[in-house]
Amino acid sequence: MTPIQRRALLLAPLGAAALGGTAFWLLLQRMREGTYDPHGVPSMLVGKPLPRFSLPGQPPSQGFSSTDVTATGRPALINFFASWCIPCVEEAPVLMTLKQEGTPIWGIAYKDKSDATSQFLQQNGDPYTRIARDEPGNTAIDFGLYGVPETYVVDKSGIVRWRWAGGLSADIVQQSLAPLIQSLA
Amino acid sequence: MKRVLAVLLLLASPAFAVSDPAELLPDRAQEQRAEALGHQLRCLVCQNESVEESNADLARDLRHIIRQRVVTGDSDQQVIDWMVARYGNFVRLRPPFNAMTFVLWGAPGIALLAGLAAAVIARRRRPAAPAPLTDAERQRLADLLKS
Repeated sequence: MTPIQRRALLLAPLGAAALGGTAFWLLLQRMREGTYDPHGVPSMLVGKPLPRFSLPGQPPSQGFSSTDVTATGRPALINFFASWCIPCVEEAPVLMTLKQEGTPIWGIAYKDKSDATSQFLQQNGDPYTRIARDEPGNTAIDFGLYGVPETYVVDKSGIVRWRWAGGLSADIVQQSLAPLIQSLA
Repeated sequence: MKRVLAVLLLLASPAFAVSDPAELLPDRAQEQRAEALGHQLRCLVCQNESVEESNADLARDLRHIIRQRVVTGDSDQQVIDWMVARYGNFVRLRPPFNAMTFVLWGAPGIALLAGLAAAVIARRRRPAAPAPLTDAERQRLADLLKS
Protein backbone atom coordinates (compact mmCIF):
# COMPACT_ATOMS: atom_id res chain seq x y z
CA MET A 1 0.00 0.00 0.00
CA THR A 2 1.50 3.32 -1.02
CA PRO A 3 1.65 6.16 1.57
CA ILE A 4 -0.96 8.08 -0.44
CA GLN A 5 -3.37 5.14 -0.33
CA ARG A 6 -2.76 4.81 3.39
CA ARG A 7 -3.48 8.48 3.94
CA ALA A 8 -6.66 8.26 1.87
CA LEU A 9 -7.79 5.28 3.93
CA LEU A 10 -7.28 7.29 7.10
CA LEU A 11 -8.90 10.50 5.83
CA ALA A 12 -11.94 8.96 4.12
CA PRO A 13 -13.74 7.96 7.35
CA LEU A 14 -12.79 11.27 8.97
CA GLY A 15 -14.17 13.11 5.95
CA ALA A 16 -17.39 11.09 6.05
CA ALA A 17 -17.77 11.81 9.77
CA ALA A 18 -17.15 15.54 9.22
CA LEU A 19 -19.76 15.61 6.43
CA GLY A 20 -22.30 13.78 8.57
CA GLY A 21 -21.59 16.05 11.52
CA THR A 22 -22.06 19.19 9.42
CA ALA A 23 -25.34 17.89 7.99
CA PHE A 24 -26.60 17.05 11.48
CA TRP A 25 -25.58 20.44 12.81
CA LEU A 26 -27.41 22.20 9.94
CA LEU A 27 -30.50 20.10 10.67
CA LEU A 28 -30.45 21.06 14.36
CA GLN A 29 -29.87 24.67 13.37
CA ARG A 30 -32.92 24.67 11.10
CA MET A 31 -34.99 23.00 13.82
CA ARG A 32 -33.95 25.73 16.25
CA GLU A 33 -34.85 28.46 13.77
CA GLY A 34 -38.21 26.79 13.20
CA THR A 35 -37.67 26.36 9.46
CA TYR A 36 -37.61 22.56 9.75
CA ASP A 37 -39.97 20.40 11.77
CA PRO A 38 -39.19 16.67 11.74
CA HIS A 39 -42.80 15.93 12.72
CA GLY A 40 -44.18 18.22 10.03
CA VAL A 41 -46.75 16.72 7.70
CA PRO A 42 -46.68 18.42 4.29
CA SER A 43 -50.06 19.86 3.29
CA MET A 44 -51.87 18.21 0.39
CA LEU A 45 -54.12 21.23 0.12
CA VAL A 46 -51.62 23.80 -1.14
CA GLY A 47 -52.42 24.56 -4.78
CA LYS A 48 -55.87 22.98 -4.50
CA PRO A 49 -59.29 24.54 -4.01
CA LEU A 50 -60.60 25.01 -0.49
CA PRO A 51 -62.46 21.87 0.70
CA ARG A 52 -66.22 22.38 0.78
CA PHE A 53 -67.63 22.84 4.25
CA SER A 54 -70.42 24.56 6.10
CA LEU A 55 -70.08 24.99 9.83
CA PRO A 56 -72.30 26.39 12.60
CA GLY A 57 -71.24 29.61 14.31
CA GLN A 58 -69.70 30.31 17.66
CA PRO A 59 -72.33 32.65 19.19
CA PRO A 60 -72.66 35.55 18.73
CA SER A 61 -70.82 35.01 15.43
CA GLN A 62 -72.60 33.50 12.47
CA GLY A 63 -71.22 30.29 11.07
CA PHE A 64 -69.71 30.17 7.60
CA SER A 65 -69.12 27.95 4.63
CA SER A 66 -66.29 27.59 2.14
CA THR A 67 -68.26 29.69 -0.35
CA ASP A 68 -68.51 32.54 2.19
CA VAL A 69 -64.72 32.61 2.39
CA THR A 70 -64.19 32.66 -1.37
CA ALA A 71 -67.07 35.08 -2.02
CA THR A 72 -65.13 38.00 -0.53
CA GLY A 73 -62.91 38.07 -3.62
CA ARG A 74 -59.78 38.83 -1.62
CA PRO A 75 -57.12 36.69 0.05
CA ALA A 76 -58.08 35.45 3.50
CA LEU A 77 -56.71 33.40 6.35
CA ILE A 78 -58.44 30.41 7.87
CA ASN A 79 -57.22 29.72 11.38
CA PHE A 80 -58.04 26.55 13.32
CA PHE A 81 -57.74 27.10 17.05
CA ALA A 82 -58.94 25.75 20.39
CA SER A 83 -59.10 27.07 23.92
CA TRP A 84 -57.15 24.01 25.13
CA CYS A 85 -54.19 24.73 22.89
CA ILE A 86 -51.20 26.59 24.29
CA PRO A 87 -49.58 27.72 21.00
CA CYS A 88 -53.01 29.26 20.19
CA VAL A 89 -52.59 31.56 23.18
CA GLU A 90 -49.08 32.40 22.03
CA GLU A 91 -50.14 33.26 18.48
CA ALA A 92 -53.17 35.33 19.56
CA PRO A 93 -51.28 38.68 19.62
CA VAL A 94 -49.86 37.93 16.16
CA LEU A 95 -53.37 37.34 14.80
CA MET A 96 -54.57 40.57 16.44
CA THR A 97 -51.82 42.46 14.61
CA LEU A 98 -52.81 40.83 11.31
CA LYS A 99 -56.41 41.85 11.91
CA GLN A 100 -55.37 45.46 12.54
CA GLU A 101 -53.48 45.40 9.27
CA GLY A 102 -56.75 44.49 7.56
CA THR A 103 -56.34 40.78 6.77
CA PRO A 104 -59.64 38.92 7.08
CA ILE A 105 -59.21 35.90 9.39
CA TRP A 106 -61.87 33.24 9.49
CA GLY A 107 -61.66 31.28 12.72
CA ILE A 108 -62.65 27.65 13.22
CA ALA A 109 -62.83 26.41 16.81
CA TYR A 110 -61.63 22.80 16.69
CA LYS A 111 -63.03 20.23 19.15
CA ASP A 112 -63.84 22.87 21.71
CA LYS A 113 -66.74 23.55 24.03
CA SER A 114 -68.62 26.72 23.18
CA ASP A 115 -68.18 28.22 26.68
CA ALA A 116 -64.46 27.50 26.67
CA THR A 117 -64.11 29.16 23.25
CA SER A 118 -65.93 32.30 24.47
CA GLN A 119 -63.69 32.51 27.50
CA PHE A 120 -60.59 32.02 25.35
CA LEU A 121 -61.68 34.88 23.05
CA GLN A 122 -62.37 37.16 26.03
CA GLN A 123 -58.93 36.52 27.45
CA ASN A 124 -56.86 36.54 24.28
CA GLY A 125 -58.82 38.85 22.00
CA ASP A 126 -60.96 38.09 18.96
CA PRO A 127 -59.12 38.64 15.67
CA TYR A 128 -61.76 36.84 13.58
CA THR A 129 -64.10 38.04 10.85
CA ARG A 130 -66.37 35.15 11.78
CA ILE A 131 -65.99 32.12 14.00
CA ALA A 132 -67.35 28.68 13.18
CA ARG A 133 -67.32 25.56 15.30
CA ASP A 134 -65.96 22.20 14.21
CA GLU A 135 -66.71 20.13 17.27
CA PRO A 136 -66.64 16.70 15.56
CA GLY A 137 -63.44 17.71 13.73
CA ASN A 138 -64.49 16.39 10.31
CA THR A 139 -63.90 19.60 8.38
CA ALA A 140 -60.46 19.70 9.97
CA ILE A 141 -59.71 16.24 8.58
CA ASP A 142 -60.79 17.41 5.11
CA PHE A 143 -58.14 20.13 5.50
CA GLY A 144 -55.56 17.52 6.47
CA LEU A 145 -55.21 19.12 9.89
CA TYR A 146 -53.14 17.22 12.44
CA GLY A 147 -53.00 19.65 15.33
CA VAL A 148 -54.00 23.14 16.38
CA PRO A 149 -53.31 25.86 15.56
CA GLU A 150 -53.07 25.62 11.80
CA THR A 151 -53.39 28.56 9.45
CA TYR A 152 -54.26 28.45 5.75
CA VAL A 153 -54.01 31.23 3.17
CA VAL A 154 -56.75 31.19 0.53
CA ASP A 155 -56.37 33.39 -2.54
CA LYS A 156 -59.06 35.39 -4.37
CA SER A 157 -60.13 32.43 -6.48
CA GLY A 158 -60.41 30.06 -3.53
CA ILE A 159 -57.13 28.19 -4.01
CA VAL A 160 -55.17 27.35 -0.87
CA ARG A 161 -51.72 28.92 -1.20
CA TRP A 162 -50.01 28.28 2.11
CA ARG A 163 -50.38 26.32 5.30
CA TRP A 164 -48.64 26.80 8.60
CA ALA A 165 -48.92 24.08 11.24
CA GLY A 166 -48.23 25.46 14.71
CA GLY A 167 -48.41 28.92 16.23
CA LEU A 168 -47.69 31.91 14.00
CA SER A 169 -44.84 34.10 15.18
CA ALA A 170 -44.05 37.68 14.20
CA ASP A 171 -41.00 36.31 12.34
CA ILE A 172 -43.02 33.92 10.20
CA VAL A 173 -45.52 36.65 9.40
CA GLN A 174 -42.76 39.03 8.40
CA GLN A 175 -40.78 36.51 6.36
CA SER A 176 -43.49 34.44 4.68
CA LEU A 177 -47.07 35.40 5.36
CA ALA A 178 -47.07 39.17 4.85
CA PRO A 179 -45.18 39.06 1.50
CA LEU A 180 -47.49 36.27 0.30
CA ILE A 181 -50.68 38.15 1.19
CA GLN A 182 -49.30 41.25 -0.47
CA SER A 183 -48.52 39.33 -3.65
CA LEU A 184 -52.02 37.81 -3.72
CA ALA A 185 -53.91 41.07 -3.12
CA MET B 1 -50.07 19.83 42.20
CA LYS B 2 -47.67 16.87 42.31
CA ARG B 3 -50.17 14.87 44.31
CA VAL B 4 -52.90 15.65 41.79
CA LEU B 5 -50.61 14.47 38.99
CA ALA B 6 -49.80 11.27 40.86
CA VAL B 7 -53.51 10.54 41.33
CA LEU B 8 -54.16 11.27 37.66
CA LEU B 9 -51.37 8.90 36.67
CA LEU B 10 -52.89 6.15 38.82
CA LEU B 11 -56.27 6.75 37.21
CA ALA B 12 -54.87 6.60 33.67
CA SER B 13 -56.29 3.67 31.77
CA PRO B 14 -53.97 1.15 30.09
CA ALA B 15 -53.05 1.89 26.50
CA PHE B 16 -55.67 -0.01 24.56
CA ALA B 17 -56.41 2.29 21.68
CA VAL B 18 -59.85 0.92 20.96
CA SER B 19 -61.12 1.45 24.48
CA ASP B 20 -64.78 1.74 23.63
CA PRO B 21 -66.44 -1.43 22.34
CA ALA B 22 -69.00 0.81 20.64
CA GLU B 23 -66.25 1.70 18.17
CA LEU B 24 -66.22 -1.86 16.81
CA LEU B 25 -68.34 -2.83 13.85
CA PRO B 26 -70.95 -5.56 14.49
CA ASP B 27 -69.91 -7.39 11.30
CA ARG B 28 -66.73 -9.41 12.05
CA ALA B 29 -65.43 -9.40 8.48
CA GLN B 30 -65.93 -5.65 8.11
CA GLU B 31 -64.30 -5.00 11.48
CA GLN B 32 -61.29 -7.09 10.48
CA ARG B 33 -60.94 -5.16 7.24
CA ALA B 34 -61.19 -1.86 9.12
CA GLU B 35 -58.53 -2.99 11.59
CA ALA B 36 -56.20 -4.12 8.80
CA LEU B 37 -56.64 -0.71 7.14
CA GLY B 38 -56.06 1.10 10.43
CA HIS B 39 -52.79 -0.78 10.90
CA GLN B 40 -51.54 0.50 7.52
CA LEU B 41 -52.20 4.15 8.35
CA ARG B 42 -50.02 6.42 10.42
CA CYS B 43 -51.46 8.40 13.28
CA LEU B 44 -50.49 11.99 12.44
CA VAL B 45 -50.22 12.90 16.12
CA CYS B 46 -48.13 10.05 17.57
CA GLN B 47 -46.32 9.47 14.35
CA ASN B 48 -44.82 6.04 14.91
CA GLU B 49 -48.09 4.49 15.92
CA SER B 50 -50.75 3.32 13.54
CA VAL B 51 -54.24 4.80 13.58
CA GLU B 52 -55.42 1.51 15.07
CA GLU B 53 -52.97 1.66 18.00
CA SER B 54 -53.01 5.34 18.85
CA ASN B 55 -54.96 6.95 21.66
CA ALA B 56 -54.97 10.38 20.04
CA ASP B 57 -58.33 12.04 19.34
CA LEU B 58 -57.45 12.39 15.67
CA ALA B 59 -56.67 8.65 15.43
CA ARG B 60 -60.06 7.88 16.97
CA ASP B 61 -61.75 10.13 14.41
CA LEU B 62 -59.83 8.43 11.59
CA ARG B 63 -60.77 4.96 12.91
CA HIS B 64 -64.37 6.09 12.87
CA ILE B 65 -64.08 7.34 9.30
CA ILE B 66 -62.43 4.08 8.15
CA ARG B 67 -65.35 2.12 9.63
CA GLN B 68 -67.93 4.44 8.07
CA ARG B 69 -66.33 4.02 4.67
CA VAL B 70 -65.99 0.24 5.02
CA VAL B 71 -69.69 0.02 5.89
CA THR B 72 -70.72 2.19 2.92
CA GLY B 73 -68.85 -0.24 0.66
CA ASP B 74 -65.54 1.45 -0.14
CA SER B 75 -62.74 -0.85 -1.28
CA ASP B 76 -59.50 -0.93 0.73
CA GLN B 77 -57.82 1.11 -1.98
CA GLN B 78 -60.58 3.74 -1.88
CA VAL B 79 -60.18 4.14 1.88
CA ILE B 80 -56.40 4.50 1.58
CA ASP B 81 -56.81 6.98 -1.31
CA TRP B 82 -59.24 9.02 0.79
CA MET B 83 -56.62 9.31 3.53
CA VAL B 84 -53.77 10.01 1.11
CA ALA B 85 -55.80 12.82 -0.51
CA ARG B 86 -55.87 14.58 2.87
CA TYR B 87 -52.60 13.65 4.52
CA GLY B 88 -50.36 12.62 1.64
CA ASN B 89 -48.33 9.43 1.33
CA PHE B 90 -46.91 10.23 4.77
CA VAL B 91 -50.08 8.71 6.21
CA ARG B 92 -49.17 5.30 4.78
CA LEU B 93 -46.89 3.31 7.05
CA ARG B 94 -45.78 1.34 3.97
CA PRO B 95 -44.85 3.98 1.40
CA PRO B 96 -45.68 3.25 -2.27
CA PHE B 97 -42.91 2.62 -4.80
CA ASN B 98 -42.49 5.76 -6.92
CA ALA B 99 -39.92 8.27 -8.11
CA MET B 100 -39.62 9.72 -4.60
CA THR B 101 -39.17 6.39 -2.81
CA PHE B 102 -37.21 4.22 -5.23
CA VAL B 103 -33.99 4.83 -3.31
CA LEU B 104 -35.74 3.77 -0.10
CA TRP B 105 -37.16 0.58 -1.59
CA GLY B 106 -34.08 -0.07 -3.71
CA ALA B 107 -31.61 0.41 -0.85
CA PRO B 108 -31.16 -3.33 -0.11
CA GLY B 109 -30.56 -4.05 -3.81
CA ILE B 110 -28.20 -1.09 -4.11
CA ALA B 111 -26.26 -2.26 -1.03
CA LEU B 112 -26.05 -5.81 -2.44
CA LEU B 113 -24.76 -4.55 -5.81
CA ALA B 114 -22.22 -2.27 -4.10
CA GLY B 115 -21.00 -5.23 -2.01
CA LEU B 116 -20.70 -7.45 -5.10
CA ALA B 117 -18.82 -4.73 -6.97
CA ALA B 118 -16.45 -4.29 -4.02
CA ALA B 119 -15.85 -8.05 -3.87
CA VAL B 120 -15.16 -8.24 -7.63
CA ILE B 121 -12.75 -5.29 -7.50
CA ALA B 122 -10.93 -6.72 -4.47
CA ARG B 123 -10.57 -10.06 -6.29
CA ARG B 124 -9.21 -8.45 -9.44
CA ARG B 125 -6.73 -6.43 -7.44
CA ARG B 126 -5.29 -9.44 -5.65
CA PRO B 127 -1.66 -9.79 -6.76
CA ALA B 128 -1.02 -12.64 -9.23
CA ALA B 129 0.13 -15.92 -7.72
CA PRO B 130 3.95 -16.02 -7.45
CA ALA B 131 5.80 -17.86 -10.20
CA PRO B 132 6.48 -21.52 -9.45
CA LEU B 133 9.83 -22.27 -7.83
CA THR B 134 12.80 -22.91 -10.05
CA ASP B 135 14.74 -26.12 -9.62
CA ALA B 136 17.51 -24.28 -7.77
CA GLU B 137 15.04 -22.72 -5.35
CA ARG B 138 13.36 -26.05 -4.75
CA GLN B 139 16.70 -27.59 -3.93
CA ARG B 140 17.46 -24.76 -1.48
CA LEU B 141 14.09 -25.18 0.21
CA ALA B 142 14.64 -28.88 0.64
CA ASP B 143 18.05 -28.19 2.16
CA LEU B 144 16.62 -25.65 4.54
CA LEU B 145 13.86 -27.98 5.68
CA LYS B 146 16.29 -30.80 6.22
CA SER B 147 18.65 -28.91 8.51
